Amino acid sequence: MIRFLIKGLLRDRSRSLFPTLTVIAGTTLTVVMYSWIRGTEADIIRANANFNTGHVRVMTRAYTAEVDRMPNDLALLGADELTAELEQRLPNFDWVSRIRFGGLLDIPDASGETRAQAPVTGLGVQLLDERSIDREILNLDNALVRGRLPSAPGEIVVSDELYRRLELEPGDTATLISSTMYGSMATINFAVVGTVEFGVTALDRGAILADLEDVRLALDMEDAAGEILGFLTTGIYDEELTSRAADDFNDWIGSGGDEFEPVMGNLRQQSGLATTLDLAGAVSLALITIFVVVMSIVLWNAGLIGALRRYGEMGLRLALGEPKGHIYRTLILESVTIGLVGSVIGTAIGIACAWYLQEKGVNIEPFLKNASMMIFNVMRARVTTTSLFIGLVPGLLATILGTSISGLGIYRRQSSQLTKELEA
Amino acid sequence: MKEHTGANGQFIELTGVTKTYPMGEGHIVALDDVSLALQPGEFSGLVGPSGSGKTTLLNIVGSLDEPTSGRAVVLGEDVAQLDEKRAARLRNLHIGFIFQTFNLLPVYSVFENVEFPLLLLRQPAEQRRRAVADALERVGLGDRAASRPHQLSGGQCQRVAIARAIVKNPQIVLADEPTANLDAENSHKVIRIMQDLNRDLGTTFLFSTHDEKVVGYLRRTITLADGRVASDETGSAET
Repeated sequence: MIRFLIKGLLRDRSRSLFPTLTVIAGTTLTVVMYSWIRGTEADIIRANANFNTGHVRVMTRAYTAEVDRMPNDLALLGADELTAELEQRLPNFDWVSRIRFGGLLDIPDASGETRAQAPVTGLGVQLLDERSIDREILNLDNALVRGRLPSAPGEIVVSDELYRRLELEPGDTATLISSTMYGSMATINFAVVGTVEFGVTALDRGAILADLEDVRLALDMEDAAGEILGFLTTGIYDEELTSRAADDFNDWIGSGGDEFEPVMGNLRQQSGLATTLDLAGAVSLALITIFVVVMSIVLWNAGLIGALRRYGEMGLRLALGEPKGHIYRTLILESVTIGLVGSVIGTAIGIACAWYLQEKGVNIEPFLKNASMMIFNVMRARVTTTSLFIGLVPGLLATILGTSISGLGIYRRQSSQLTKELEA
Repeated sequence: MKEHTGANGQFIELTGVTKTYPMGEGHIVALDDVSLALQPGEFSGLVGPSGSGKTTLLNIVGSLDEPTSGRAVVLGEDVAQLDEKRAARLRNLHIGFIFQTFNLLPVYSVFENVEFPLLLLRQPAEQRRRAVADALERVGLGDRAASRPHQLSGGQCQRVAIARAIVKNPQIVLADEPTANLDAENSHKVIRIMQDLNRDLGTTFLFSTHDEKVVGYLRRTITLADGRVASDETGSAET
């Protein structure tokens, strides 16, 4: 009997091919959509963590309050000792010190006169410290566009866009004009040895990267750091772990009300990211839910129509003596087969598309011209374990549900009514 | 001759059968106090205009429906007392249906269409193959077993439907307007096949029809009007 029904299913395209194609389409879209939203969310977290907040960030209480102003006069002192303490207390994190600064980059001509000038945002990172993971965190080896990364004191890399705007040549001298930690004017010459592009418009517009020690020297910030960032050694942001680490650290430090006291916050607690992440989470959840529900309704409807258009066949089978329960079970079995085959193929196609989008991404740079948000120019999907199963909700469950509900009509209707439909 | 009666010794007996259907706030009466009995091996027809209750009566005899009041006993089974599974089993084992629109399953071959009732009976493959071949031979379609319904003429389709109805060797075949979609030549051919089966196998045939060509072959003509038995005549039929 099963063989007989499968034979019919395979021969009748309107019962097998088209419903399967519908399930494949629905499942594929669901998997791609889900992976895309998850990828976007993860990218926002990664971009902010890597370039801005870390998984946790230690700053002075006063610096924290005015972090957007990059107030280096409020920076952490004794940063190296504090880092050593952090490494001991929280060994599941990697720690890096950074100094953010603003300034003017002046490019002199052969006679020492200003040839070009631009405002820049600078980042002092541990470029020359071989123990530091910051080169890896900032993905500098891959971000390098021209030249090389700094390998000696006094060398910097600049964003490629800035390099082109200032018409720089490799090896050119650039003078940074900024202010020291104590408020006096600072000027220091650097050699531009390369250019980078992070793929984050907010940084690529006009950033320079120098070694932390050079910046400390230039801004009179001996053993100081604007911020110490912690990255979980797993490389993956974990809200619970980071929140607990921040609480433990802050409890240990205690609150003496000193504005230069170090304070730790996790990614969510910084730069209004809690709202952004909550909003992104809510929007993505809503989008995924709406999409899954809509796809479920479409596929449910397909299952419904599939069963309704076979009322004649059901009537015939009843007349031939097949019990209603058996007809109902065979309908469900068919929908399970179609749902399963469609879901597996749809998930495979969806994963392939999502994988492609994960590897290649979609360039949204034109939409980020004036963006200040830490967001990658190339948005990517992310294939997760859930991507493997999310398609089953509309693909399998909705199809079975649609068939189950429409099939109940077999029970509700009188047998004679079903056979009457044979004459339609 | 086969065993024609059920456990209680009755073949088909309707006593005061009334069937009403809800219609708006009232009811429509499809059958009104119908009483009749059919004996094994009859070749009988229900005639009457549309809406006279012919199909309703066939449905009740076929245990696809039950009377609102009165008693319908088919092969010793009171139709109203049968649960869904027992009614299905009664149809499966003892009753064959032939419909006006043939109702062959289009994705299956002629052989598979005729085989379907035997699959429900879980007969072994070899037994099924022999029974299907025999049924198709009886309706003159032994050479069309591999064809699909869309490759057949209307008359051939109805002959396949007849083969499907008789393949399990049922005691009763109920045929609802079996010639309504056929031309005169095919109508005669189909009726003669059923007549032969009635004669050779002793199968009881009950038709609903208003086709004069069919009426001419009937040995008993039960005329229904407004849900009532207007006349019940037994006479000589064409041979």
